[in-house]
Amino acid sequence: MKAIEVRNLVKTYGAGETAVHALKQIDLDVNEGELLLLLGASGSGKTTLISIVGCILSATSGSCKIRGTETVGLPQNKLPRVRLENIGFIFQGFNLFPALTAQENVEIALDLKNVRGASAKRRAAELLERVGLADKLKSRPADLSGGQKQRVAIARALAGEPHIILADEPTAALDSVSGKLIMDLLQELAHEQKRAVVVVTHDNRIFDYADRIVHIEDGEIRDDSEMQTEAASSAFSFNDKQAAEAAA
Amino acid sequence: MASLALKNLFHEKVRFAVTLTGIVFSVILTAVQLGIFQGFIAASTDIIANSNADLWVVSKNVTHVEQGVAFSESKLYQVLEIEGVKRAEKQIVTLGAQSKKPDGSDEGVTLVGFDLNGGMGGAWNVVEGDARDLAKPDAVLIDRLYAADKLGVTQIGQVIEINSRRARVVGFTKGIRIFTSQPAVFTSFKTAQSFLNLPEDQTLYLVIKAAENVNLTELKERIAAELTDVEVLTRGELVYRQAIYWVIGTGAGITVLVAAALAIIVGIVIVAQTIYSATVDHLKEYGTLKAMGATNLYLYRIIITQAVTSGLIAYVIGIVASIIISRISLEGTLAIIVNWQLVTALFVLTILMCCASSVVAIRKATSIDPAMVFKG
Ligand SMILES: Nc1ncnc2c1ncn2[C@@H]1O[C@H](COP(=O)(O)OP(=O)(O)O)[C@@H](O)[C@H]1O
Ligand SMILES: [Mg+2]
Repeated sequence: MKAIEVRNLVKTYGAGETAVHALKQIDLDVNEGELLLLLGASGSGKTTLISIVGCILSATSGSCKIRGTETVGLPQNKLPRVRLENIGFIFQGFNLFPALTAQENVEIALDLKNVRGASAKRRAAELLERVGLADKLKSRPADLSGGQKQRVAIARALAGEPHIILADEPTAALDSVSGKLIMDLLQELAHEQKRAVVVVTHDNRIFDYADRIVHIEDGEIRDDSEMQTEAASSAFSFNDKQAAEAAA
Repeated sequence: MASLALKNLFHEKVRFAVTLTGIVFSVILTAVQLGIFQGFIAASTDIIANSNADLWVVSKNVTHVEQGVAFSESKLYQVLEIEGVKRAEKQIVTLGAQSKKPDGSDEGVTLVGFDLNGGMGGAWNVVEGDARDLAKPDAVLIDRLYAADKLGVTQIGQVIEINSRRARVVGFTKGIRIFTSQPAVFTSFKTAQSFLNLPEDQTLYLVIKAAENVNLTELKERIAAELTDVEVLTRGELVYRQAIYWVIGTGAGITVLVAAALAIIVGIVIVAQTIYSATVDHLKEYGTLKAMGATNLYLYRIIITQAVTSGLIAYVIGIVASIIISRISLEGTLAIIVNWQLVTALFVLTILMCCASSVVAIRKATSIDPAMVFKG
């Protein structure tokens, strides 16, 4: 079964003269266990696409199946459940709750899944341990570095055991070392835990991590197989950088 | 959910303090205004409410008890014949008596004349002296509240003038407020009768105690059927009539009720404003929660939890302050009565106020587009 199956997806913001055709007939499949990079210039429709896939934005027409279930046209009140059961989001700006500790941030996601109390505490600690933050359980976002915040966000996204992880520019606000750590984590989620991971990015340092690269331009997908080689060859990657550092 | 709601609430200390201050003031203002209202009711009705009489016979169309017109005491004998009457006595309550201020000018008093052996319509809260001394000629009890200021009376044995007759102070009551602030002066029916120059066979009221297990409504009707030119009212009915006349009729009660309503509205506006601005400042968090799969209900609960928690904390502070204010007021002439009924009503009111204040914030939070989570 495909994790994500998008067909003829159209999204138009507004109507008439001022209408913005953000997505024009998009087709896209993402498999479980795959890390897909979604590339495109600013305004090309990347965020719109993952918002629709993540069921936080409704499409104008077309089809979007999440693990076989059609989500386009689902009533608003059914969408939270689909998100809760399938989707984990990771944001460029982390979107942590500043008043809560790292552990409590993760507990909120568990709370949504009706896991509370001591078992939620334990589970949140495990998840933070998994992203290498065992010693930061009680820290608040303000006391964490960008990379640490993003790892808390990943732990939080994982709390719901989502099959699909959608990350919008997860490394854009991070330095290379933190960015690499985040990408290592996301890659592990795809390859070892067989989740479908979609990463929207501008960041050419992370191209190496892609199993597949899809390029989106003016709301349309450009042929993806050729993009992959193009991107991979032109990218200055973390791995290159490391190699350079090692050589130096 | 609760932890996020509360931690967000306490995280922003200044905002939280502003919210609390708003609600606390609203609670205190409302409590004080409604307390004054209750004080007005007490001041206008205490003499009847504490009369220990089940029924009052009053002259026709009396709007307030101080305005009674005299009628013949023969009605007393008629009443005593009626089955179900345990006791009946003549009674006087009137504003139509004058005493003298220390400077010699006139000062109206509320003259209460009652049967010393009847156990009805008499003085209560006697703090100095003895009500039994009212059997002595010209003896009166005066309430401490206005005695010194208005009549220059400070101790037992002082002699004052009532309607140009000599009256001797044999004791003091405490805390008997009168709506018109004419000092309450208690005396025997006979003495009151002579102060008022009321003919021997006349009375202003009758007070009646029903026998045990007698249906009051039926007794009232039996008495009313027997007597002409008078009305028979239960104690409660007379209290009600009295309150309407003084508290509503004079407009004083309306004023404080309007002030109380304003205090509630101001409270709602302050709380709504702070909860709304807190919600707007946290929209991204609400959006994130939605993206994580939270339902609108989950968001309502966060906002309502914050509103109700603020309400509860502020309520406790506000009520404690109001009770202190009430205690202090009871030493003076303007009584602010904060009783358990008011405390309970304000609790419900505060919680409702906070929920009402959350409506706008809830609409804002639930209408946000979760896609905004991706914005900067
Ligand atoms: N809520 C909106 N209303 C109107 N136009 C929008 C809205 N969101 C995005 N757009 C437009 O849709 C296009 C695609 O935007 P977006 O998906 O955010 O692109 P990207 O994430 O690739 O930068 C842009 O032209 C953008 O201006
Ligand atoms: Mg974008």
